[in-house]
Amino acid sequence: MADEVLFDFLHMELVSYIHHSCVKEDNVKDTSIAKLESTGFRVGQSLIERFTKDSARFKDELDTMKFICKEFWNAIYKKQVDNLRTNHQGVYVLQDNKFKFLTQISNGKQFMESAPKYLAFPCGLLRGALSNLGVNCIVTAEVSAMPACKFQIQIQRS
Amino acid sequence: MASTAHPMAVCVAVIAKENYPLFIITIPTENELKFYYTVHTSLDVVEEKISSIGKNTTEARELYLGLLYPTEDYKVYGYVTNTKVKFVLVLESTNTTLRDNDIRTMFKKLHNAYVDMLCNPFYTPGENITSRNFENIVTAMMQQD
Repeated sequence: MADEVLFDFLHMELVSYIHHSCVKEDNVKDTSIAKLESTGFRVGQSLIERFTKDSARFKDELDTMKFICKEFWNAIYKKQVDNLRTNHQGVYVLQDNKFKFLTQISNGKQFMESAPKYLAFPCGLLRGALSNLGVNCIVTAEVSAMPACKFQIQIQRS
Repeated sequence: MASTAHPMAVCVAVIAKENYPLFIITIPTENELKFYYTVHTSLDVVEEKISSIGKNTTEARELYLGLLYPTEDYKVYGYVTNTKVKFVLVLESTNTTLRDNDIRTMFKKLHNAYVDMLCNPFYTPGENITSRNFENIVTAMMQQD
């Protein structure tokens, strides 16, 4: 059980380290979020290679998304995504009712503005994993009530 | 067994998802260019094989693609990861000791080595593979008997 909390701590420390290292920049919030996102992207790229090592080839995009919701989420956050929705036109919404990185933050309006920096790394992680699987997309996160979180994936078709 | 040590495989190549080579190693180094051609031609067969997989749902969606094509002197095998990185293995036609399952095991080993190499934070995805560790694993795999 204790090993799960290590990832939480590492992530908290990563957020605070990057945030402090950007203090001298003009726009602290944006630069630190961009840095966290790109770190996540690189990690996601490697992780997906490892996770899909023994799985069968994916049939289509939806099959890929299901893998993300089940195996990928389970490997990282020790739970599955609670709800996956799609409009079948390139938008997917992944809802997690108890997102791991937000469970330690109290509910209420007070800490709402610090939520984005704790979601930048997970967004990057998701984007990196999908991009390595050949799905180019934009990932955004949305929080309405604290531990619940929605990730919106918008597929970029060119 | 013949006195001259026969390599298991004469050429191993790792091809990026955009179809440019990341890593190629050949055992008789004097004829390297020939193997570049062989690997390059095999990519069309790989493409054909993976595009047919999506249509046929009953087919096992395995990463290992099997024998891509035989030539007079060589047999070419292929493997594509879920991230569309291609591995190509060239064997001499005279090599009859290796079964399909042995080839599959070799590809698995190669894939494991690739994943370990990719998880190195100092490697930028898409760059040529210069990892000595990876190279050692591949050369050991090619020479073992």
